[in-house]
Amino acid sequence: MSGPIIEVRGVTKAFGGVVANREVSLTVERGSITGLIGPNGSGKTTLFSSIVGQHPIDSGSIRFDGREISRLGVQGIARLGLQRTFQQTRVFAKMDCVQNMLVSLPQAESGFFDMFKPYPPDLIAKAEHLLEFVGLYTKRRLAAGSLSFGQQKLLEFAMALMNEPKVLLLDEPTAGINPTLINGLIDRLKRANRDYGITLFVIEHNMRVVMNLAQHIYCMAVGKVLCSGTPEEVKNDPRVIDAYLGAAA
Amino acid sequence: MKLASRTAALHAAILVVGLAAPFVFPAHSVQFAVFWIMVLFALTWDAMGGQMGYNSLGNIAFFGIGMYICAITQIGLVYDVGEYTAANGAVAIHFTDAQYFGGLALGTALAAVGATIMAAILSWVLAGIRGPYFAIGTLGVAIAAAELTAAWPWVGGGQGISMPVFPGGPGMRERFFYFACLAAAVACYLFFRWLYGTRFKLAVNAIRDDEDKAEALGLHTRRYKAVAWSSAAFFLGIAGALFGNMTGFVEPLETAYPTLTFGIFMIAMTLLGGKGTLWGPIIGATVFYVMRELTWTYLLGWQYIALGVLIIVTVVYFQQGILGWVKSRRPEWFGVKVEERGGPDSGKPRPAPAPKAVSA
Amino acid sequence: MVENLQILTGAPVFNVQLLLNGLSVGAIFALIAYGLGLVWGVTSVKNLSQGDMVMTGGFLAYEMNKHGVHPIVAIIPVAAIMFALGWLIYRIIIRRVIELDLFTSLLATFGMAIVIQQSLNLIFGPDVRTIKSGFDTLHLFGGQVDITQIRLIAIALCFLLAIAMVAFLRYSRMGQAIRATAQDPRAARVLGIDTDTVYALTFSLNAAICGAAGVLVAMVWVIAPFYGIGYSVRAFVIVTAAGLGNLPGVIVMALALGVIEQYSGFVLGAQFQQATVVSLLILILVFRQLSLLRSRRALQ
Repeated sequence: MSGPIIEVRGVTKAFGGVVANREVSLTVERGSITGLIGPNGSGKTTLFSSIVGQHPIDSGSIRFDGREISRLGVQGIARLGLQRTFQQTRVFAKMDCVQNMLVSLPQAESGFFDMFKPYPPDLIAKAEHLLEFVGLYTKRRLAAGSLSFGQQKLLEFAMALMNEPKVLLLDEPTAGINPTLINGLIDRLKRANRDYGITLFVIEHNMRVVMNLAQHIYCMAVGKVLCSGTPEEVKNDPRVIDAYLGAAA
Repeated sequence: MKLASRTAALHAAILVVGLAAPFVFPAHSVQFAVFWIMVLFALTWDAMGGQMGYNSLGNIAFFGIGMYICAITQIGLVYDVGEYTAANGAVAIHFTDAQYFGGLALGTALAAVGATIMAAILSWVLAGIRGPYFAIGTLGVAIAAAELTAAWPWVGGGQGISMPVFPGGPGMRERFFYFACLAAAVACYLFFRWLYGTRFKLAVNAIRDDEDKAEALGLHTRRYKAVAWSSAAFFLGIAGALFGNMTGFVEPLETAYPTLTFGIFMIAMTLLGGKGTLWGPIIGATVFYVMRELTWTYLLGWQYIALGVLIIVTVVYFQQGILGWVKSRRPEWFGVKVEERGGPDSGKPRPAPAPKAVSA
Repeated sequence: MVENLQILTGAPVFNVQLLLNGLSVGAIFALIAYGLGLVWGVTSVKNLSQGDMVMTGGFLAYEMNKHGVHPIVAIIPVAAIMFALGWLIYRIIIRRVIELDLFTSLLATFGMAIVIQQSLNLIFGPDVRTIKSGFDTLHLFGGQVDITQIRLIAIALCFLLAIAMVAFLRYSRMGQAIRATAQDPRAARVLGIDTDTVYALTFSLNAAICGAAGVLVAMVWVIAPFYGIGYSVRAFVIVTAAGLGNLPGVIVMALALGVIEQYSGFVLGAQFQQATVVSLLILILVFRQLSLLRSRRALQ
């Protein structure tokens, strides 16, 4: 298996009259942590949504693990091993944390009659172990809706891990999290990448986080890819600074 | 341990009452049978609406389909259906005991299967339709079924079908169908009790809470929707088959497809008792049934208005239902943990606490 | 059925009859659907008791007629009474379900439908009624096509009412407030619009529209306590097919539905009329969902 795990080529997506993504091309290397930065409205979330199949793209190609996925829907792409977390964090509010985890089991191999089986103890143990990994073990029996925003983010992250993805797209994972907890989250992201072998593709606004975390960064502005490179290169690129400070891109 | 023995005692008590009722109050056997049908109605509606969030206004369609399939089977085995319905009661079929019960058994089985297949097909046809559109669409299906049946002469059209006569003396018939309805309700309860203990429950609850997120996790949502609806339809078909025989007469608009009465009662009962729980529908059915009997006795003429008002009041003011209300007052009874003020509760001791933050 | 089709092809003038009948009921459907769409668009409440409110209006006119009031004259007082009733219903029921989930409001209005139907049944009995408007019948095409004048008057009145509503919404301050609330209730509140009053007004206006439509229905056709649900379903078909806020679409769809219903009633038989309408509902829903499929969205 070689080649980038995600390959986006010439993807264009417009909503009504607004072109959110214009001829976007980028690659995400297998096993890497890749960052995606850019000012608000640059089309980052739209790109994520395109990749996971939430909406069809107007033109271009998206390949996942060598396979064209731009025609597939969310369910199919999820089952191929591509997960994403949402900016506004979506969890199942009325169920407790453990139940949220159990529902997140990978579904690719599940047969029709699997739904009639109970959850075996080893799966429950795995769920609890992952909850502990994100620091939610003591809250595991609370309804997800009663958790704080930051805790829900962690839960959503744990649920994504439970799904055993090959790639995890994270949309602003540290937004809204208490700054003292951010280091813990960075650490967990790195561990997920290193220990579980999950490729991470991360949208971030927090420069400290993304420079610390990512090995390769893309910067977008007004729907296009502006530049890419290592954190050092991107940080010092004048175009990136201009984009954030509002000069014409 | 205590909870388990309490539950067992409760189940046993209900079973005893259920078995004894037609002997203690023989004149009310049919009414009691209707009660068990109402319990079945509530349980099946909750599977779709309460557990999965797909609020169907037309589940009664499966009740009607089951009724007609059973009637056609019973008559068709022995006589020509078209001729029978055309004669409009002038022809009296004679069934031997074996023929009657055989026909009834086969008819009920086919009713269950037929309703299930119809549900699976509908679930495919209406795939992707959610929320209020789903509700109105299903209402449309039920109304369409009623109207089309009423326009179909082969099944008796608007006149209906008069059912074969039960072999056996007076009182026997009522008791037989009472126990049949009781058995159906019990089977329904046991089935859903088992089903909600499997992965199915969490999956459909996830669909209810956030279907898009459930899809994003890769859940085969279509499968769950089909299974939920088919399970409900299965038992509704059986209920229809039994009800048609019990009433002795099958007619499309009031008996088989009563969208504006039973069709909506099943929703009201579930909401009243507390949707999304196993016992909520049962409690709701009981309370609703009692209210219905009371209004029929004391408010005759006004009973439907009273029930309509009950529906409005429940929906507007009492959405959590009885069980929901109890849960909010006494969450401990339901094993729900309430977050304590101060430190997190300790739970069982666990190795390796969460890793301390290491700054970059 | 085949013979009926042959009549249509053999005597084409008969199509005109069906067309005219269809358009006249379609005009009334358009009015009812417009009211439904208005409430839906502004408050998100899908009023399943729409048809029953129509029947109420019809019965009010019927009762007034018994005391010598001509139905056309009765339209104004009926609309006023229905407006007041609508305000009352809003205060007692609708206001509390507006902020809740969509199914709750649907179910609440369904409960209202039952209460209204049964009340009408209790007061008037289940039989169908009609109001004689005392107008003549026009004979066209040498007597082959009949159209009662009242039908033409009904079409004209529907037209007038629709224009009045549109003008009100476009040019009056309240109308603008309604439209603003429909677009974004929170923004409207921030701008100082009392959304509660807007909702109340919208619902009451709808009730008044239903009342007027009910009088027309009583004159052109028949009313009965349990006929309401049929009108509710038709209104939903039209609104679902045309989409919210699309008045021209509502008019076209409503007229089309009226005509289709007449044709199906003639070709297939009167007993299939309701089934046709309901089947159309399902078809339209499925069609809309299929067209959303391409953008991978669900119909909700």
